[in-house]
Amino acid sequence: MEVKPMKVIGLSGDQVAAYAAKQCRVDVVSAYPITPQTIIVEEYSNYVANGEVDTEFICVESEHSAMSACIGASLTGARVFTATSSQGLALMHEMLYIASGLRCPIVMCVVNRALSAPINIHCDHSDMMGSRDCGWIQIFAENAQEVYDWVIQAFKLAEDIDVLLPVAVNLDGFTISHALEDIRVLEDDVVGKFLPERRTVYKLDPDDPILVGPLVLPDYYFEFKVQQEEAMKKAAEKIREVAREYYGYSNREYGPIDSFNVDDANTALVGMGSTAGMLRAVARKLKERGRRVAVIKPWLYRPFPKEDFVKLVKDMESIIVLDRTLSFGAPVGPLCSDVIATLYESGRCDIKVANAIYGLGGRDLTPVEAENLFMKAVKMAEEKRVIRRVEFVGVRE
Amino acid sequence: MSQEEMLGWRSIPIGSVIPEPATAKKYKTGDWRVFKPVIDLDKCIGCLLCWIYCPDASIQQSNGKVKVNYDYCKGCGICAEECPVKAIAMMEEA
Repeated sequence: MEVKPMKVIGLSGDQVAAYAAKQCRVDVVSAYPITPQTIIVEEYSNYVANGEVDTEFICVESEHSAMSACIGASLTGARVFTATSSQGLALMHEMLYIASGLRCPIVMCVVNRALSAPINIHCDHSDMMGSRDCGWIQIFAENAQEVYDWVIQAFKLAEDIDVLLPVAVNLDGFTISHALEDIRVLEDDVVGKFLPERRTVYKLDPDDPILVGPLVLPDYYFEFKVQQEEAMKKAAEKIREVAREYYGYSNREYGPIDSFNVDDANTALVGMGSTAGMLRAVARKLKERGRRVAVIKPWLYRPFPKEDFVKLVKDMESIIVLDRTLSFGAPVGPLCSDVIATLYESGRCDIKVANAIYGLGGRDLTPVEAENLFMKAVKMAEEKRVIRRVEFVGVRE
Repeated sequence: MSQEEMLGWRSIPIGSVIPEPATAKKYKTGDWRVFKPVIDLDKCIGCLLCWIYCPDASIQQSNGKVKVNYDYCKGCGICAEECPVKAIAMMEEA
């Protein structure tokens, strides 16, 4: 398919999330403002006020209510969008499980921000990781362009009849949410072609009543949970189809996992979100100096793209996994835990894996620190041993 | 309900939706029971007090006397307690 030259507009990550939702012709938005997400719903309420969209905007008194309203709306067959951050996501926590359990294909932007206490408004991934097991598909974007592309693809994936799961599109607070970028956007009618009207299996309809949310006891509860897990497995396959189709319209290639230089490397850093861009820049520089280093960036965190990951690391001798959260008392951070489990399951226990906990509360990971991590990984490969399993990058003693 | 009668995850409606009305009848709750009411029809005088008191409508009238619908009886024992001639014994389920 021939892709026409694309319109380029200057928008921040938050603004472009709202812009993408607008092009997706969302029926209902219910949200509550919280830094650094506020601009998304602010921008969207402007669209509503200006009559640019045919969306019901439900103002509520908390994130718990926001997600509750989203669930109710989604059950009627509406296309629903919302956004939150940090404490807001934490307050939604119990409703997140209900959204996934009732199979509501809601799309939500999670603008990643640290959790209190102490209170902090800047980026880390502890908010999403705190709700890691809520049954939502979780995607991490690297920049505003990816936010735009993933929001549109997220609706397609969520609403697939074989999937029907909510999707959280994560973007790093401030680093992505408040930074202005040139975004290549599709025309409205192109998004319309890619993302037709939502289809439903069941929906709340007074003319054809159903019961939603019954009590389900030990005799059936487990079966419903396995049904959700199967939908997750389906999502891991469907995301390829969605990305392939989106490529046809956008000429931008997505999938479960992104990588740089894996074919020419024996060691890799694994990280999600905006950090991956800087890692790639440092890796490029090291490559020029003859270092065989790679960057692996999972776009898809849940379902974790196990098969793709194993393929990408087939030539690796060492890996350092970067976690932008701290799982207190755990052996390693959540992403590293998934990596180790994946390698163990695939019989690749020979690969040396270390974990770097970084960037909590918005602390930048500097290129120098990234280079040190790459060199540590190189040393681990050379010496065939793990050096300091868990490292807190840049923390003062 | 026996394991064979129960549906697997492939067959149940998505998202725990109940798509049709009056499904409570299909949901047999008799397996919640630990003690089972057994009626001695020789002692039963057909007064229907158990029929009145049963909170789950699991006592049914039968030839001037009563019988228990074990598909739904949860074994609460109210019938045995209320029976004026002690015609109902609560026996532990096998």
